Amino acid sequence: MHIAEGFLPPAHAIGWTVAAAPFVAHGARAVVTEVRENPESTLLLGAAGAFTFVLSAIKLPSVTGSSSHPTGTGPGAILFRPPVMALLGTVVLLFQALLLAHGGLTTLGANAFAFAVVGPWAGYGAYRLTRAAGAGLLPAVFVGVALADLATYLMTSLQLALAFPDATSGFVGALAKFLAVFALTQVPLAIGEGLLGVLLFRVLTRNARPELERLGVLEPATPTTAGSPL
Amino acid sequence: MKRSALVTALIVVTVVALFAVPLIVNPGAGYGGADGRVTEELEADGYEPWFDSFFSPAGETESGLFALQAALGGGVLGYVLGRLRGRRAAAEAATATATAEPATAEPATATPATTTPAETDQR
Repeated sequence: MHIAEGFLPPAHAIGWTVAAAPFVAHGARAVVTEVRENPESTLLLGAAGAFTFVLSAIKLPSVTGSSSHPTGTGPGAILFRPPVMALLGTVVLLFQALLLAHGGLTTLGANAFAFAVVGPWAGYGAYRLTRAAGAGLLPAVFVGVALADLATYLMTSLQLALAFPDATSGFVGALAKFLAVFALTQVPLAIGEGLLGVLLFRVLTRNARPELERLGVLEPATPTTAGSPL
Repeated sequence: MKRSALVTALIVVTVVALFAVPLIVNPGAGYGGADGRVTEELEADGYEPWFDSFFSPAGETESGLFALQAALGGGVLGYVLGRLRGRRAAAEAATATATAEPATAEPATATPATTTPAETDQR
């Protein structure tokens, strides 16, 4: 999902930066509000940020013979709603752009829009829909986390196709070309990431029940507080 | 608890298999980054990047920095999960000692109360 430094024409680079900026600013406010109003959230917020930090650092091989990064933005979006991830995701991208020459400053807007905005929102939406359809927490987490990953790369393909329409087949042809590179490679990664999300939430449901209940991820178990650990 | 540990093990094995299988089935493939492939295609089409990174680490340094990123994230994640687990253990120990005298059934119900909803959620 990292469009390399200098690889988007200036107009596109500026356009995506303008598009992503309000989401990131709103996300920064969401993080500050969350920490101020619920200081006990800081720990889980750290876990959500750490999860993207680890996963986006890892390159994994895929069935297509190329490798790609997971995104790790899903769990944070599910726990704290997507705006929070707009900031945390952009911090990760900035780290990679400045220190790793992975992605770039001119493409930060476009990459942030895919990785920190579209991915988290798509994942969160899928999670909510799955839960509304009656699924339990963990299946919905799987779907949400996997889709956050996949949607990020679909968005990147879209961005590249907009910037580089094919000479003969135009936008659609270019989209097919970039999807061929990204989408199929990403499918096993998205499944793996969804499973890792399930593992994380299994640990959280066991050890962070009060937080999950407060965040509305879990229903309060017994209103009578009979066997509540806290 | 037994069943839960089995589920965890199964998930871990599946994740590992998901990424090990391509390497075993097709060890000859280069497994270059998809990001890099796009960049190469665009350059092959004659696109010239108009801006360069201020700092591009050399290959080995780059791997090290990626490892550093993963280590930072893994460290924080481990710290948080460890704290949460320790907190639950402490809370359970507190309820166990507080209720040890009057009702021995209390801690026994306390443990399923924390695990059962997680179990039901998995279905």
